[in-house]
Amino acid sequence: MSEDQTGMFGAAGTGDTSGYGGLVRTAAFTGSTERPYGGYFDDVADDLERAYPDFADATTRVVVDRGELTLHIKKSRLLEVAFILRDKLKFEMCMGVSGVHYPDRQGAELVALYPLLSMTKNQRVRLEVATSEVDPHIPSLVEVWAGNNWHERETFDMFGIIFDGHPGLTRILMPDDWDGHPQRKDYPLGGIAVEYKGATTPAPSNRRSYR
Amino acid sequence: MTTYSDPYASSRETTEGTVFSVTGGDWDSLVSEIGESKEERIIVNMGPQHPSTHGVLRLVLELEGETVTEVRTGIGYLHTGIEKNIEYRNWTQAVTFATRMDYLAPIFNETAYCLAVEKLLGITNDVPERASVIRVMMMELNRISSHMVALGTGALELGAMGPMFFAFRDREIVLDTFEEITGLRMNMAYVRPGGVSQDLPAGMTVKIREVVKTLRKNFEDNAKLLIGNTIWMKRTEGIGYLDLAGCTTLGITGPVLRSAGLPWDLRKMQPYCGYENYDFEVITADTADVYGRFLVRMAELEQSLRIIEQAADKLDKLEGQPVMVADKKIAWPAQLALGADGLGNSLEHIREIMGTSMESLIHHFKLVTEGFRVPAGQAYAAVESPRGELAAHVVSDGGTRPYRVHFREPSFNNLQSTSAMSEGGMVADIIGAVASIDPVMGGVDR
Repeated sequence: MSEDQTGMFGAAGTGDTSGYGGLVRTAAFTGSTERPYGGYFDDVADDLERAYPDFADATTRVVVDRGELTLHIKKSRLLEVAFILRDKLKFEMCMGVSGVHYPDRQGAELVALYPLLSMTKNQRVRLEVATSEVDPHIPSLVEVWAGNNWHERETFDMFGIIFDGHPGLTRILMPDDWDGHPQRKDYPLGGIAVEYKGATTPAPSNRRSYR
Repeated sequence: MTTYSDPYASSRETTEGTVFSVTGGDWDSLVSEIGESKEERIIVNMGPQHPSTHGVLRLVLELEGETVTEVRTGIGYLHTGIEKNIEYRNWTQAVTFATRMDYLAPIFNETAYCLAVEKLLGITNDVPERASVIRVMMMELNRISSHMVALGTGALELGAMGPMFFAFRDREIVLDTFEEITGLRMNMAYVRPGGVSQDLPAGMTVKIREVVKTLRKNFEDNAKLLIGNTIWMKRTEGIGYLDLAGCTTLGITGPVLRSAGLPWDLRKMQPYCGYENYDFEVITADTADVYGRFLVRMAELEQSLRIIEQAADKLDKLEGQPVMVADKKIAWPAQLALGADGLGNSLEHIREIMGTSMESLIHHFKLVTEGFRVPAGQAYAAVESPRGELAAHVVSDGGTRPYRVHFREPSFNNLQSTSAMSEGGMVADIIGAVASIDPVMGGVDR
């Protein structure tokens, strides 16, 4: 995601006479969006700056993309920002936690995303927090939104992000004694090749991929 | 051969090998230990195989007499790795996986995913109106079939047999309609990025109106049986109480939230698929209990019927319009048609790619095997499923397969409220509380 990709249509190595293996797809990096953001996003940013003077210091990027506002928050400031958003900006609901694993992003491999919903103002905002694989700690938001309890357990289960301050961070979907975190990109999908009438269909993860 | 000593089974050697005799294990010591303590605390394991836990849900209950002091919920028995699997399939194939999550509301799963993908592609406004109307109609039919299971099994679990028969009779009518439109009764993979997989069969709107008429009449049976029924109300009134503050902090949406009095419905508040063009009401109750949730679901059935009727009128006006985006680089190339041997590619399309145009063949082949590319980025699309906000968070790295798909499942989130609803109540009321959340374990565990 963060690096250029080569080897389109699975073509790579010396046997590649198609030329596709040499094609380079440049990664699209969405930088910080400049003001005005459009819609109610400017209001949200204004209110946040007013309610939280350290806003500029706590955020690394503000991205408006495809009609959605994403605030990239430093993990050390996450709890403060969350409280402000809930109490001052009326984002009463956190719709959960979603994790993403970007193995190529040095020092920020693991990302946790929090889609917030304000029912009072009918607005949505997304928080994005990144952490490294070496130190996969992110403060827990269970004390802000109690409903995050299971969502954080799921993200821990699937990505190995440790939510500090969670009341009981255990696996939730996988068995308790499971090894590894299945949604990480270096975790294999598994599966076996299937033979039918002499032809073999490889497991999904071993099939030719069109990158 | 090494033998292991097993704390739960004594072993002896025979000529046939080691024979283990399994006894009660440490049960005797456990019983004597509990007998010594003065408190009458009992821990009961309910599920995961229990007829009234809605699939493989496990509840560990701590009881004092018949009063529940603590409920712990164990899930994960139906985890199938759908989100991981999707990362290894192309954008269109992922629908086939998403549809299997919440198996009572497949159309909603598909629509949430497809709306997110369309957002990433930037084609939200290019989806033909006829496709959106079909989606709305299918979703509302699906809401009816899903609510029917919630009402039928919910009543059955509390000891009422009749409502179950009526509910499943009506659900069958909806499922038959699904079969006629999509070819499948559930897990249809009917909604695709860019539209729907095929147009309605000829004369379908007439049939839909008949179905609406039948259902409207049939719904009276359950209403007569349950609304105001003294026994039913004694089992449901004041049970599983969760007020608005509790709902908000736990992130609860759907009928449970609306039973607490807040008219929050994404169809009204943040319309998608053109819901702003339909006339319907958001149903609420003010009791915040099992009975309120039951009333909300009952009344939502009628609102769904209203939407379906309006959709049928719109479909008549949009007859012959496309049901897939015009962009041939995204639209699935197959033109499905019903032949003598079942549903398949239309003969005209086969004639074109096999006999006329080499480029069409290449195009067809590329799109089917490789799939289309989706610009890098992330998108979040939410729909109002029968259980609340069902959302797909989709991340693309610009490739032909999703980089990451996460589903915000309402069942998963709402099930957290089991403890808040049941603790302090009677053990028999847990069943009612769980039934009123209406969790579907396929969606919870994914």
